[in-house]
Amino acid sequence: MSEFVQHIINGISLGSVYALIAVGYSMVYGILQLINFAHGDVVMLGAVFAYFSAKQIQTLQPSISTFFLILLISMVLCAVVGFLIERFAYRPIRNSPRMNCLITAIGVSLFIQYFTQLEFAFGAIPQPFPELMVREIAFTIMGAPVSNLQLMVLGLSIFFVLILQWIVYRTKLGKGMRAVSESTEVAAMLGVPVNRVIAFTFIIGSILAAAAGILSSMMYPRVDAMMGSLLGLKAFVAAVLGGIGSLPGAVLGGVLMGLAESLTVGYLSSAFRDAIAFAILIVVLLIRPSGLLGKMRMEKV
Amino acid sequence: MNKLIKISTVLVTSLVLFSCTKKSDSTNTIRIGEFGSMTGTEATFGISTHRGIKMVVDEVNAQGGIGGKTLELITYDNGGKAEDTVSVVTRLVSQDKVHALLGEVASSRSLAGAPIAQRSGVPMITPSSTNPKVTEVGDNIFRVCFTDPFQGTVIAKFALDELEAKTAAVLVDKRSDYSVGLADFFKQAFKAKGGKIVDEQSYVGGDIDFKGQLTNMRGKNPDVIILPGYYTEVGLIVKQARDLGIKAPFLGGDGWDSPKLFEIGGPSLVGSYFSNHYSVEDPDPMVKDFIKRYQALYNNEVPDGLAAMGYDAGLVLVDALKRAQDPTNRKQIRDALAATKNFRGVTGVITIDDRRDASKPAVMLKIAEAGALKFVKRVDP
Amino acid sequence: MSQLRFWSFQAIIIFVLGWLASNGLGDYPQTILALAGINIILAVSLNLVNGFTGQFSMGHAGFMAVGAYVGASWTVYFMPLLGTSWTTDALLSQFSMLSALIMGGIVAGLIGILVGIPSLRLKGDYLAIVTLGFGEIIRIFILNIESIGGARGFTGIPRIANMYWIVGGVILTCIFIFRIIRSIPGKEFMAVRDDETATQAMGLSTTRIKVRSFVIAAFFAGVAGALFAHYYAYLNPSTFTFSYSFQVIAMVVLGGMGSLSGSIAAALLLTVLLEVLREAQTYTYYDFRMVLYALILIIIMLKRPSGLFGRKEVWTWFARKKESA
Repeated sequence: MSEFVQHIINGISLGSVYALIAVGYSMVYGILQLINFAHGDVVMLGAVFAYFSAKQIQTLQPSISTFFLILLISMVLCAVVGFLIERFAYRPIRNSPRMNCLITAIGVSLFIQYFTQLEFAFGAIPQPFPELMVREIAFTIMGAPVSNLQLMVLGLSIFFVLILQWIVYRTKLGKGMRAVSESTEVAAMLGVPVNRVIAFTFIIGSILAAAAGILSSMMYPRVDAMMGSLLGLKAFVAAVLGGIGSLPGAVLGGVLMGLAESLTVGYLSSAFRDAIAFAILIVVLLIRPSGLLGKMRMEKV
Repeated sequence: MNKLIKISTVLVTSLVLFSCTKKSDSTNTIRIGEFGSMTGTEATFGISTHRGIKMVVDEVNAQGGIGGKTLELITYDNGGKAEDTVSVVTRLVSQDKVHALLGEVASSRSLAGAPIAQRSGVPMITPSSTNPKVTEVGDNIFRVCFTDPFQGTVIAKFALDELEAKTAAVLVDKRSDYSVGLADFFKQAFKAKGGKIVDEQSYVGGDIDFKGQLTNMRGKNPDVIILPGYYTEVGLIVKQARDLGIKAPFLGGDGWDSPKLFEIGGPSLVGSYFSNHYSVEDPDPMVKDFIKRYQALYNNEVPDGLAAMGYDAGLVLVDALKRAQDPTNRKQIRDALAATKNFRGVTGVITIDDRRDASKPAVMLKIAEAGALKFVKRVDP
Repeated sequence: MSQLRFWSFQAIIIFVLGWLASNGLGDYPQTILALAGINIILAVSLNLVNGFTGQFSMGHAGFMAVGAYVGASWTVYFMPLLGTSWTTDALLSQFSMLSALIMGGIVAGLIGILVGIPSLRLKGDYLAIVTLGFGEIIRIFILNIESIGGARGFTGIPRIANMYWIVGGVILTCIFIFRIIRSIPGKEFMAVRDDETATQAMGLSTTRIKVRSFVIAAFFAGVAGALFAHYYAYLNPSTFTFSYSFQVIAMVVLGGMGSLSGSIAAALLLTVLLEVLREAQTYTYYDFRMVLYALILIIIMLKRPSGLFGRKEVWTWFARKKESA
């Protein structure tokens, strides 16, 4: 029984990371109908920036304040990257056919990955992520230990999502985001500063991505240039599962994906850990493409 | 139309460039081809091995080369991938026309490159691949390290005798021939002496999350956990295991040997053991001298087993080149290699048997505080 | 030109080019040309789906993998059942190669039906992601089958593919696809691409048309895979990732989605470019090949999304020149 509980705990930790990333995908897709393939790589950049900043600050002791400092630095840097990607790669092709946007997004993703792999940037060798926080067991549930790190991951994810909900439903910016996601043209006609809204969406998404990257690297302390692609893909499936365009859906999808993966590895076989993500994707798209919490949309002639 | 012209010119020039860069099979230098993983997940393997080999090449050239010819070392990175190994070895053999090949560390990649060496008649020495299948590819393929049937037995005996373990669980890397082979040999030896394997799980090289497999293992309560994989995952596995409350000691093989192991795994590794080709604490003066020279060249870093094996592989090759009548004749090099007897290397005495393997002792190392590798015992074949 | 003359002409071309390639080039350039040939087959077949039918498939490497592993299993496991000489004897091994290609292609095509029927009901991005998912599932599935090597790779495949086979494969694929485009099914593909709703309104089953193009593409991807297997004599699932699918997509996009000669040119160009840059890499130690690849793609999408030839073929350039002259 304690195995089952352990698997559930593992799944929720994993799922919180997926949730943070999925939210970013969902937001961007909701507004631009664009699958931002590069999002997973911004997650990786979050980890990479944290790695470099930790190395720069010589007198670093693992502690909560260290963690928050590095988190802040990384979030700022990723926000800049997100802004630049939108401004120079996506805005010019905003009105192009969807296939072109998709290809461009993939191109940006690959560019970031391989650029990071260059020796003068991060390099092609995976590096161990520095200890930012002292790890200890917080408590145990039925014999399964829960570490303070896992609590932090879950807590931060919930925190960020709540903040996001507040932004989307209680601020002017959020109103603008909702307007643009309904219809870009109408929003523009009504005076919504579309470019600014879109830029902010990317910035917010990138901030969350940075957090996800650092949290993920704290749980699985290995940083390498390719770590974002699989993470990003699974998080995208989570967003689809929850209903793309829906924020609570992204969170739900993320947690479900984490649980599914953890239980698959625990009870089926670790061989299918990645396959389960794609299997879920296929099933969802074939049976209920709008996802669990999404709206059903009919395509009219 | 312009585009068409531009494209054709590019194509034609590239094809022309290609034919031009083809080297002739000149005999002015003795060309040694090296292929390894300088980048990628097991980068320290390739880099360490390269350093060992380069030390030999530089030393020999400083003394005037062999038979008046300098040694030319041509090194290619395969990025840690087996498919790239195929193209890189093909390049070394057909384009650069090397006289001998040194590589690789990982058995999977040696297995990818060996058929090409065998087909083209170029002798190949693997410094550290321990899977028996590598030399079975053909009579041009040699190794200077021990093989996994031996290593598996060493680990099994250590677990049973020194650690008094009755039960063991194994976590295998399914992507690696080395890991799968070593796991099998360990299991055979462990069971033959009365031990019981209570659980066997697997992962794929490159994974970062092992909590699922470890959780299942925890339930079976093994006395020891065997990790016959590479340092990159071992570090992560051990950390996650301790997080899950697993207290059993870990045992592994020479795939653990890397300065990065402790960086990745940290304090969770203290109290674990692994088998290796050599120990830094070896009092033998030849070893001490090698360590000193390595440190002088490489920033005071202590050489790991891979560097030592690279060095020995280089030494053995040079010895064969000296014994061959014509050091640019590949068949003669091959025959000279096969005749290597009682050659003293940094990792022990090397004699190439008729399966082109070397029968060498292994050492068991214990990971102590701050990652120091302490010598525990030496096992002879 | 009568059919007989046409095909004998093709046979002669294949033999001449094959001979030139085998004897006129060194070993190393040959391997590059071989890879270029395989990529041409992949690009041309993918263009059928992405360019001519307008459906965005991102799982092409999966079908290539199916063809590769099926073809390899055929020669390694099945052919020996007929006698040991089927893979070693010069004449008989030709038959082994041919049958491996056909088997690889057919099974890949069957998988194409399996994947296509559910997927092609989706549109745009969703179709793209689903095909990506299927491609990965196929790869993970292969990764877990021990008897064909699993994660450690499939070794021991007889090297019975040579330049003749590859040249033959390229030429035959191009001819077939070219003819399909000119025929009625080809017109149907383009109709679906240009206006799917109108095609549906005309009473045609667009799903069936899309699946047809998808399956044909899968077949040829399988053939390319079988050639790959028997040329490199080693298979590893990590070759057939989304990254490879994407490289093929890049070739199709660069050449122009809807231009066969564009796909051929782009496949050649990009394959050669990647290897030529490896030379440069030994001097600078920076592996910027893939960075360049990605950059090229982004620039094309931003500046010239129609690719090199857009929807036209190479010979229209000549026709235009004549007109203006």
